[in-house]
Amino acid sequence: MRLRQRAEQLFNIEHIVPVVFLFLSFFAWQVSGLTGTFVFNQVLTRFIRDGILVLSLIIPVVAGMGLNFAIIVGAMSAQAALLFVISCQVAGLGGILSVIFLSIALSVVLGFAIGHVLNRVKGKEMIVTIIIGFLANSVYQLVFLAGFGTIIPVANKEIILSRGIGVRNAVDLSMYRNTIDKFWLLKIEGLEIPLFMILVVLLFGGMIYYLLHTRFGREVKAAGSGSEKAEVAGINVNLLRIKVIILSMVLAALGQLVYLQNIGMFDVYTAHMNADVFSCAALLAGGASIKSAKIRHALIGIFLFHTLFIVSPQAGQNLFHNAALGEYFRSFVAYGTIAFALIINVKRENM
Amino acid sequence: MKNFSIKPPQVIILIFLIVLIGLAYVLQMDLIVLFNESLIKLVMNGVLVLSLIPMLNAGAGMNFGLPVGITGGLVGLCIAVNFRLTGFSGFFMSLLLSVPICGMLGWLYGLILNRVKGREEIAGTFIGFSVIPLMNYFWTLAPFQNRQMLYPIGGQGLRPKISLEPYFYNVLDQFCLIKIGGIEIPLGLLAFYGLICLFLYLFFRSKVGRAIIATGENEAFSKLSGIDIAGIRLIAVILSTILAGIGICVYSQSYGFIQLYDEPLSMYFPAISAVLIGGSTGRRTYIFEAVLGAYLLQTIYLLTVPIANQILIPEVTEILRTLITYSIILYALLYRDKRGIVH
Repeated sequence: MRLRQRAEQLFNIEHIVPVVFLFLSFFAWQVSGLTGTFVFNQVLTRFIRDGILVLSLIIPVVAGMGLNFAIIVGAMSAQAALLFVISCQVAGLGGILSVIFLSIALSVVLGFAIGHVLNRVKGKEMIVTIIIGFLANSVYQLVFLAGFGTIIPVANKEIILSRGIGVRNAVDLSMYRNTIDKFWLLKIEGLEIPLFMILVVLLFGGMIYYLLHTRFGREVKAAGSGSEKAEVAGINVNLLRIKVIILSMVLAALGQLVYLQNIGMFDVYTAHMNADVFSCAALLAGGASIKSAKIRHALIGIFLFHTLFIVSPQAGQNLFHNAALGEYFRSFVAYGTIAFALIINVKRENM
Repeated sequence: MKNFSIKPPQVIILIFLIVLIGLAYVLQMDLIVLFNESLIKLVMNGVLVLSLIPMLNAGAGMNFGLPVGITGGLVGLCIAVNFRLTGFSGFFMSLLLSVPICGMLGWLYGLILNRVKGREEIAGTFIGFSVIPLMNYFWTLAPFQNRQMLYPIGGQGLRPKISLEPYFYNVLDQFCLIKIGGIEIPLGLLAFYGLICLFLYLFFRSKVGRAIIATGENEAFSKLSGIDIAGIRLIAVILSTILAGIGICVYSQSYGFIQLYDEPLSMYFPAISAVLIGGSTGRRTYIFEAVLGAYLLQTIYLLTVPIANQILIPEVTEILRTLITYSIILYALLYRDKRGIVH
């Protein structure tokens, strides 16, 4: 009996998943033959690029709503805000500020609506958020592919396709590119450490940590451990859940803005794709589950997941002489991690 | 078809369909050709839609893991093509091969779904998503020998799109094709479809079938009356998966290509929304609903292409399709539990 308990402790999901990822990425790195400096720089870039997006998943998990795949809607609202501001040709600091303001406003409104919807389907939030994400993607494409230039007048002709309708596939963001990434850039023998952005990501992590330890956070935890219990304690669970979703969406929108300014090239129709799945997989890779997530899971997870992500195509090339196999492997890892987490968690719930 | 009533999504779809037919008439499109095509489209996608019924009836929800069955069927098709089987022998061989393969996959899939009872849909989605890259390994590494299936030069593995033209393209579509004036009725194809419907109908009359329905309607009660819930659900999942495999075989022979790699992902959302348009609520579903839904959705798809090309921007067709599909699924998810069906 004691042996079994110890075995269970050892194979606890919180430890086993990160360890598996660690082994896999170490092995794939060895096979890939990429230099440590290169991988480290890449992983750091991904860390600041995706950090806030991954962090935005934590609060809904704590509130017992599972993985919030609707963060893709937050990402899309950031992109929509960006496109609107570019199409109105607002340049400079005013432009950046209005993008931030608009994307927060949009994501608050959408988050409010999604929160309401999710209150109808308690217990099935994840599948509903996935479908909402797909639906929002269709609406987004409809607006920017068919609506721009027809219903919505566009002042900036540069971003419009030559036929006069629809936004181009790629919009250049070179004016915003790496504006904040280059602050406090430390260079140590080839290693480039964007200290400021790392601090920003950590600051967001700290904010969420702080928030979860205020009264709001305690209420969220109570709601997560059981709605009835929280109801008895006098918490308005439905309102709380809406607040949680709004917060998650705003964080996702800000995260997507950081992501876009880091890349510097804005693929209008594809930049947000997979933002949800990869972020969820990264969070789970750090040892989170569908019931509990901590800041450290997000931070560790990004490192582990993206190391594997960066080295696996090259590893596939070296092992099988086919880079595509490495890419299949990494999409399998992304989806498989989520599937695994779902199966393990629900099984526990049913026992 | 007890308590069959028209619900809001169906009203919207019907209005949309009437508007489309009106538009097609105004734009002077050949309505007879469109009608002929709509019959083929019905069967082409209809079997995939039917494949959802066993799982819906067993209370396992909409089968978002449809790619599991689809890839199984694709393996059967590829093996048949690899041995260059043509005509009916090729088509039936691929059916014969895909049944055991899908049966095995369905068994595994069912075992997993039994562990995640109550969350089948989200788990199924991600199982479906992860099956695709796993099967991509198979398509790339499996030792197929037919040169026409492989990448022409350099590349490794099967092509993403394998033509069925020299093998069994349209064997069912052309079988017993009756022409009355301009109208073409693919009798063989419809008969095949009818046979599957009949099989399902009889199956749900049998003891096992009734046990499946009972499990879906009230699990606690069926458990008390001595039904092996896990076993029954497993049977339903296996049957769903096998039918999905047959569905993709029918689809491919109509379409003329075997589509591999990421293509199965674009097939299952339309199938799910079709069954919902037909009137299913995501629980007990009648065969009639699946047939009606498949016909309505496919006719809309068929009509949107030429119309959108004439009056709108070409890309809008595809976007409108996905928009319709996802809205219907979302609607069903939101309103399913509000109809007094508690689970």
